[in-house]
Amino acid sequence: MSSLKTYVLGRKTAEDLDRDDDDLPNELMTVNMGPSHPAMHGTVRIVLTVDGERVVSGDVQPGFLHRCFEKEAEHATWTQVFPYTDRLNYVSPMLNNVGYAMAVEKLLDLTGKLPRRAEYIRVIVGEISRITDHLTCTGASAMELGAFTPFLYLLKSREWFYQLLEKVSGARLTHSYVRIGGVFADLPDGFHDELLGLLDKTEAVMVEVEALLNNNKIFHDRMAGVGVLTAEDCTRLGITGPMLRASGVDYDVRKDFPYSIYDDLEFDVPVGSKGDCFDRYLVRIAEIRQSIRILRQCLAQIPDGPIIVDDPRVALPPKSETYNTIEGMIRHFKHIMDGIRVPPGEAYTFIEGGNGELGFFIRADGTGRPYKCYVRSPSFVHLSTVGNTIKGHLIADIVPIFGMINMIGGECDK
Amino acid sequence: MARSVLDALTSRFGDAITTRSDHGDEVAVVARDRLVEVATFLRDDPAMAFDSPVFCTCLDRLHLNEDPRFEVSWQLRSLRHRQRIRLAVQVPEEDARVPSLTGVWAGLDWQERETYDMYGIRFDGHHDLRRIYLYEEFVGWPLRKDYPKEKRQPLVRRTGLE
Repeated sequence: MSSLKTYVLGRKTAEDLDRDDDDLPNELMTVNMGPSHPAMHGTVRIVLTVDGERVVSGDVQPGFLHRCFEKEAEHATWTQVFPYTDRLNYVSPMLNNVGYAMAVEKLLDLTGKLPRRAEYIRVIVGEISRITDHLTCTGASAMELGAFTPFLYLLKSREWFYQLLEKVSGARLTHSYVRIGGVFADLPDGFHDELLGLLDKTEAVMVEVEALLNNNKIFHDRMAGVGVLTAEDCTRLGITGPMLRASGVDYDVRKDFPYSIYDDLEFDVPVGSKGDCFDRYLVRIAEIRQSIRILRQCLAQIPDGPIIVDDPRVALPPKSETYNTIEGMIRHFKHIMDGIRVPPGEAYTFIEGGNGELGFFIRADGTGRPYKCYVRSPSFVHLSTVGNTIKGHLIADIVPIFGMINMIGGECDK
Repeated sequence: MARSVLDALTSRFGDAITTRSDHGDEVAVVARDRLVEVATFLRDDPAMAFDSPVFCTCLDRLHLNEDPRFEVSWQLRSLRHRQRIRLAVQVPEEDARVPSLTGVWAGLDWQERETYDMYGIRFDGHHDLRRIYLYEEFVGWPLRKDYPKEKRQPLVRRTGLE
């Protein structure tokens, strides 16, 4: 009878608690998190082995959104690949468009030969996309930790930018706006003033959101010290983008391997010091501010001129020519049906995407279709580290760690 | 800048390396049995310091009429020296296996699994070589050029449905 215990709620001494722990079953349990789980946005499954609330190991399984990007690209003409790239990282499609276009331009030997206006337009839409990417990531992560108001503020701001990009490209989300050698259409009337207005409004939103989050005890406790990766870890694992910078490495493709017109623009690369989730959040917020700075410079500097390279090999003829001359008609037909002829060769081109180094490794065989079109998606690399990062953390910590990876299903699963 | 890396590799490893440059990308094609040695040198030598992997993929050269059929490549990056290089190994179809570089750069774990999943290249020494995007029951290697684009393999589980 002496082994029987009486449990009286709230009347336990510390000694009792210690003894209770010994009696708890300590078998490991397997739990499925995802693929349909409110915090696993983007359909990914984690098979967790847990010891109580603590994660012993996690097997992360992507692939639920695999749509054979590469295989489809190999059967499409060079221009037809653009809609597929939209669907890689679908919160910043413009950056994917630009990355792919730059890879093909490298093979066509057009790098640096684009009209200045086209380069500026690409940087403008690209930086808008970077802002929408960061807004989504911080907003969604805050919401998953219970902060619903900042989520609404941030998404409201994101919607302004989406509407602006809709005016530019005709589509709210899947823009397909960039073309090989330039962009599809010039910026619409009133774009300049509207964007300036939006930037001011977004800065005001950021002040509100930071006031709600930065010193928020709950948010801070859930984020700080969670999911720490050192600079060496990040480097060894191939992590790039805001996650790498949060660990204190000042690597940014726009600064270290400048492309397009980034050399002429003034901006800073924010870095963190601890490499935890809170630093990743702070870096993203700081990057939104830097992107706003870049956009203001671009709007002040953007020159007039053509928006696509004047090269009949890559650019579609103007519609007036297509409809009124036989040569224009034939050229249009060949471009659409056979595709642009890209000389044989292979090239890897990379830009700074919303989440890190976004690269396209392309092999051309001289026909109108890519022979191989591999995308190096940052989300895929970052997600591969989650299994190790969550070890030893609580189940609840998976949510901020996963959120700050900003895994975008379309990009990760290809 | 990466040109000097290629020169250093050639002078050190001699016959095991052939180099090429294409559109400014430097590529070193390495003999399969020397790959890990070359990779370890690239990582550990202070003048190289390729501390960070970028990607791993494979090129199926079936329709390019180049031999051997597969070229597996690893893109590497040195954050310290801000330079890049691509290692490649060529393997024939009937012996499609290469040494895994996950022991040198842990970040290549999933990338090699993806290459295995899509091209059926076996990475010797990989600790967990499973399909990553597709399901275990999938038959064949979808990104090989002889896998038809229209082919469908729906996953139907019929257990308990007699």
